Amino acid sequence: MAINYSIPEFEIVRNTDRCIGCRACERQCANEVHYYDPDLGKMMADDTKCVNCHRCVSICPTRALKIVKNNDTLRENANWTSENILEIYKQAATGGVLLSSMGNPKPLPVYWDKILINASQVTNPPIDPLREPMETKTFLGKKPEKIERDKDGKIVNNLSSQLELQVPIMFSAMSFGSISKNAHESLARAASELGTYYNTGEGGLHKDFYQYGPNTIVQVASGRFGVHKEYLEAGAAIEIKMGQGAKPGIGGHLPGTKSIGEVASTRMIPEGSDAISPAPHHDIYSIEDLRQLVYSLKEATEYKKPIIVKIAAVHNVAAIASGIARGGADIIAIDGFRGGTGAAPTRIRDNVGIPIELALASVDERLRQEGIRGQVSIVVGGSIRNSADVVKAIALGADAVYIGSAACIAMGCHQCRSCHMAKCNWGIATQRPDLVKRLNPDIASKNLVNLVSAWNHEIKEIMGGMGINSIESLKGNRLMLRGVGLTQKELDILGIKHAGE
Amino acid sequence: MKRIYVNEQWCLGCHLCEYNCAFANTNSENKCRENDMAKALKNKVINPRIRIEEKDDIHFAVSCRHCEDPLCVKGCIAGALSIVDGVINIDQDKCVGCYTCILSCPYGAIMPADSGSVIQKCELCTKNSCGEPACVKGCPNNAIVFEER
Repeated sequence: MAINYSIPEFEIVRNTDRCIGCRACERQCANEVHYYDPDLGKMMADDTKCVNCHRCVSICPTRALKIVKNNDTLRENANWTSENILEIYKQAATGGVLLSSMGNPKPLPVYWDKILINASQVTNPPIDPLREPMETKTFLGKKPEKIERDKDGKIVNNLSSQLELQVPIMFSAMSFGSISKNAHESLARAASELGTYYNTGEGGLHKDFYQYGPNTIVQVASGRFGVHKEYLEAGAAIEIKMGQGAKPGIGGHLPGTKSIGEVASTRMIPEGSDAISPAPHHDIYSIEDLRQLVYSLKEATEYKKPIIVKIAAVHNVAAIASGIARGGADIIAIDGFRGGTGAAPTRIRDNVGIPIELALASVDERLRQEGIRGQVSIVVGGSIRNSADVVKAIALGADAVYIGSAACIAMGCHQCRSCHMAKCNWGIATQRPDLVKRLNPDIASKNLVNLVSAWNHEIKEIMGGMGINSIESLKGNRLMLRGVGLTQKELDILGIKHAGE
Repeated sequence: MKRIYVNEQWCLGCHLCEYNCAFANTNSENKCRENDMAKALKNKVINPRIRIEEKDDIHFAVSCRHCEDPLCVKGCIAGALSIVDGVINIDQDKCVGCYTCILSCPYGAIMPADSGSVIQKCELCTKNSCGEPACVKGCPNNAIVFEER
């Protein structure tokens, strides 16, 4: 056998004074890191298997555990970093494409952190959201361009179908298959309680969740998994997935080992078969083709549901968005390069796509210039991390945001980025029944409701500070933003001034 | 009356309820203070009043159900078991260790105390300073609940 060059990434530190040998860590670790050695009479750990999900740390009743970065080091080199070298070892040993999960972890610029928000002083009083009305409700969909009246002068209702959001935050697409049934149930229940929407992702809608239809966005992706008439009719809106921020230009692949039982039947594929979503939709090679699918879906649902087209943020996103708006979509969802995934080739995730902040600003600007901004709503996702990111996104021109990673974190995800291993110790990104049951939707849905409610309070506070009492007045209000430490080019693209200007 | 109910669907078999029970019922002065579990239970073989029953992928906790018409109380020859506000109490000063209750409990929820000369059972943490039963408070997945049904 060849020498294994790999180095454990983490080291498990056990305080033997505190460990009482209850073995909860051993029972709770799906990676089989912890074990009890009867000869030594104590708990031991195999660091090589640890993914640093923190399940054992969180569950240990005596706080006897911590996980630290392994300080075993290769010779330091700013160019040939340990990460670069270890990845080469891995590929030299296996010949495989490197896989990763969740969002891009590289230290690329986060523009949200270089944008600051305005507040009122003296001449324009701030508003206290606890004492005065403050509106965060918003509607997504095509807005009428003019008021029409009938021959009696009465206003004709020419409003096309809309999504009504009590908060400008929705849960982004995560398929049943990539996440567990309990995770889906948690999202569905939370969306219903919050008066917003969750998104089925491309894996179809489990029959138990049709009851949450009024708060569900059903997705139609390139694999068309689980798509049928009742499915389309079940949702409040239909999303055509053209791309995903974590892996623009790449399809999806749910391994046969995960396509079991209800995952396979919900996707309408044979059990154990790989669910492969092609990179393109094979019937869409132009805006005209996209328009056909948009209108096919509208016809199928009698024009009752808005159609969302979701794309990844790529270089010429503004032109693509313009095409989508003209293709008849009611809502454009843009997913930035930090967006999460259940599995993606590492090189794609870390190197393809552009930041959502720049994509959003350029799309909003382009649609305004073309006079078609009112034809579509814009929803952005791809690492919205807190309420300030939401406020900045809306001020840059978004109508609402999608949160996926943040929602997973609220449910217990510790961002260990090992979803592709299918052994999620938190019961989120797994189909193993013993792991899925770790996510109790009674607890997780409450956590999601808490998170979004907390953000909503904060959004109201921030808006109040600016003297704005309605989310509609914040939309595209870039005067409320200033950049710090940005070049003139970046400021121009974002359409904001530098702080001090 | 509020009782402890277990839900097999959510039980992970982590056995933390056993340790929380053992900890709540130790004689450590600082019982129920999380920081001291290591001190209280280090190098001890625990004898909890709640036990996980398990086989393969099925796990659930078993503790006294506080029956309305309890066989243990009926069978107690020493008058050590009694019902106080619905909670079945054990007076260990009266218990003679005949184990009739252990044999008569259909749920296997009564067991000998460490001394072996008396029995012990769940008393819903009414005799320690926990307030809400410690197994319920410490369950990480709401698999053990304390509620009115």
